[in-house]
Amino acid sequence: MLRFTVRRLLLLVPILIGLSILVFVWVRALPGTPAESLLGERADAESIAEIRDQLGLDDPIYAQYWRYVQTVTSGDLGTSIATRQPVTTEIRERLPATVELTIGAGLFAVILGLPLGFFAAKRYGTTFDHASLVVSLIGISIPVFFLGLLLKYVFAYRLGLLPSVGRQDVLIDADHPTNFYVLDGIVTGNWNAAWDAVKHLILPAIALGSIPLALIARITRASVLDVQNEDYVRTARAKGLPPGQVDRNHVFRNAVLPISTVVGLQVGLLLSGAILTETVFAFPGIGTWLQQAIVNRDYPVLQGGILFVAIIVVVVNLLVDLSYGLLNPRIRLAGK
Amino acid sequence: MRRYLKLGLAIAVVSLFSATAAFAAAHRSTASDTLVFGASSDPVSLDPAVTSDGESFRAQNQIFETLVAQKPGTTQLAPGLATSWKGAPNGLSWTFTLRRNVSFHDGTPFNAKAVCANFDRWYNFKGPIASDAASYYYNVIFTGFKTKSAKTALYRSCQAKGDTTAVINLKRRFGPFPAALTLLPFAIQSPTALEKYGADKGSLSKDGVYTPTGEYGIPGGQAVGTGPFKIESWKLNDKLVLVRNDSYWGKKAILRRVILRPIADNTARLQALQTGEIQGYDNVDPQNIATIQKSKSLKIVDRPSFNIGYITINQAIKPFDDLRVRQAVAYALDRNTVVKSLYLGRGIVADEFQPSTLKYGYSASVPKYRFNPAKAKALLQAAGLTLPVEVEFWYPSDVSRPYMPDPKRNFQAFSASLAKSGFKVVAKTAPWRPDYLGRASAGTAGALNFLGWTGDFGDPESFLGSILRANTQFGLDNAVGKKLYADLDKALAETNVTKRAAMYRSINNYIMKNVIGVPYVSTRPALGFSKSVVGFVASPTLNDQFNTVRLVDA
Repeated sequence: MLRFTVRRLLLLVPILIGLSILVFVWVRALPGTPAESLLGERADAESIAEIRDQLGLDDPIYAQYWRYVQTVTSGDLGTSIATRQPVTTEIRERLPATVELTIGAGLFAVILGLPLGFFAAKRYGTTFDHASLVVSLIGISIPVFFLGLLLKYVFAYRLGLLPSVGRQDVLIDADHPTNFYVLDGIVTGNWNAAWDAVKHLILPAIALGSIPLALIARITRASVLDVQNEDYVRTARAKGLPPGQVDRNHVFRNAVLPISTVVGLQVGLLLSGAILTETVFAFPGIGTWLQQAIVNRDYPVLQGGILFVAIIVVVVNLLVDLSYGLLNPRIRLAGK
Repeated sequence: MRRYLKLGLAIAVVSLFSATAAFAAAHRSTASDTLVFGASSDPVSLDPAVTSDGESFRAQNQIFETLVAQKPGTTQLAPGLATSWKGAPNGLSWTFTLRRNVSFHDGTPFNAKAVCANFDRWYNFKGPIASDAASYYYNVIFTGFKTKSAKTALYRSCQAKGDTTAVINLKRRFGPFPAALTLLPFAIQSPTALEKYGADKGSLSKDGVYTPTGEYGIPGGQAVGTGPFKIESWKLNDKLVLVRNDSYWGKKAILRRVILRPIADNTARLQALQTGEIQGYDNVDPQNIATIQKSKSLKIVDRPSFNIGYITINQAIKPFDDLRVRQAVAYALDRNTVVKSLYLGRGIVADEFQPSTLKYGYSASVPKYRFNPAKAKALLQAAGLTLPVEVEFWYPSDVSRPYMPDPKRNFQAFSASLAKSGFKVVAKTAPWRPDYLGRASAGTAGALNFLGWTGDFGDPESFLGSILRANTQFGLDNAVGKKLYADLDKALAETNVTKRAAMYRSINNYIMKNVIGVPYVSTRPALGFSKSVVGFVASPTLNDQFNTVRLVDA
């Protein structure tokens, strides 16, 4: 297990080098530079030249890349041209928002998706099964941003039940020691703030989690259908075990392995899908930050931010792979 | 039985969740003494001397004040921190009589010494803080620092005579000086706070970005002025909270607090206004104006127009060096129809290169070129040209500007009217940045192209100077340009207010008589507010203050 982990972590290095070169070249291929972006239509040739010189944009690209590598390897991911904040500070401020949203969306997808898929399989061919198929198709088909707008329109604007933007009501005075707003409310004993943060998560989490919900439901259904026809399940039933126990100990435990793969992959997709959801709900996370950076041609943010997201995705996938051993003793024992 | 129990339990859980959500969310928290305003982003900094973006100015306008102010809702100069000012006959110094009994938020007295400390501070900027990326407006107005472009620097020195007289000495005559001082980067800040919190501490990061390293103007830091509000707190990506300054010398704010909430997406801002999570926001998209106007609880507040959309005519390209051809272009552009049909009621036809809201130097007697295809054709024929006359006409793609929300549609409409008037349009386009702007600036964007300008301060120099001094765009390396620039330079140096106004009226007449370009529109941006917000007065130059605002039951 340890050798496996180390090998996977070492793989991070060539992945990050390749990605950094790709992002470095790609952002410079975009029309316009930070100089024009900063000054807008007030940019004259002299001002642009001055800023380009200050930012080193006229140096050969390999020199710019080498300077970038030296900066990153010293632990400095650069400074945002638009906001003048260090990239690491922005990540520290914004990552908790994206993580909270991702967790919320993931929980929504898993808590609803697993039982939906499981019961669809158990009631194969019934109205419930067909209805779950329709729900899944709708979930996969509706664009996330459109679903977000729809949810806002119905639940925030028309019904006034939930908020439409941000992470917290600005009139609530709350401390944020960790920047995870729900956790901060609990830790500081400000239950009003904690609950308010949860309310702000509900609609974006549903919007973001709709596609993973549909996928998890379908995969669960297929996996459960597959497993429940296995010989060992038939044997367990023949032995007279209660149906619930058969489902828990034999069907679900064996069905969950492919599901966990999907859940792990979904985390990476949730992180990237968060861009649209965060924009629609004005959720100040990594997604809106990167989207603004593209508009502003904020090279350090794009370079540092995308690299950071890549690290997260790789680490999460590694954790998912490691979790196989926990979920399936056969894999754990085979490794010994 | 177990099945029904499970179903019942599921229904109970969902109901409890819904009820709790509804109970806790149904009453949206409001406070009658707090205005929540949706900004498009956080400020870059709360130090006005090193910012040039609108959202930074929006916050800074509540905290700081300038020597010279504007009458609310206009560009007319009014006393600010200075009660009066006078230029010396030789135009090389300006004497400001300062307001008495004014203090900064930290208790430091506002006086002539504080004024000079600010002017000297800006002049002594060096390194990255002196670049356009940081102190853009100082570069534009004062054109030099002690250690950068010192020869072209406008500022010489400042003298404090007693507590209430500050004399600013300049190296050359500069007529727009009082008007330029209404710009927020020239707000007077507490010298004590600037020193204490390291306002000038900063360095260049490894990737060449200026980064402040002190505690001034940054999130969680300080920024100290004389304004009607002061900072309570600023958490990046969350909110900037301003609280009433109860020691303010002027009209004290009615609101206890103003909260600026960053919401990047315009649609999200609209929805937040509709749900009551904010009570106002700026730059309402034209297509959303009707939505707000139809709402029973919302309203639109117009910002007076302070921009110009125009079509450049490049005289370096024949036959557009012939005045008759340029006049033909002016008669061939159906500006009325374009403005009426493509600007959703937000546009006003512009007849000269400064908006009608800038009354100083505005000429009511410029030649007006109403759409007249027959006259256009006659002029082209009188110039000895065979119809149709081919003209390369550029428009930008991938951009929307306040004066030009949809360039392609403008282009299509104007092309149609040009075609009726004896022209054959050759269409060209390029992405706005950097290609289109680069070409327009270099004079290689055809004979006709779309551009525009939003003014910075209430003086004709902010329009005519900024637009027309770029002579390559207009091909003004000729007799027309020579006289224009001579007149502009004379007006720039004239310090007598009445004489200057007359000079600019004359220049506006000259520009339009010679059809140097064809201005066609000036647009009114819109702000959206809850009807509970009253007393907000929108400034054409974004110098909005919230101290006149109150919240009522609506």
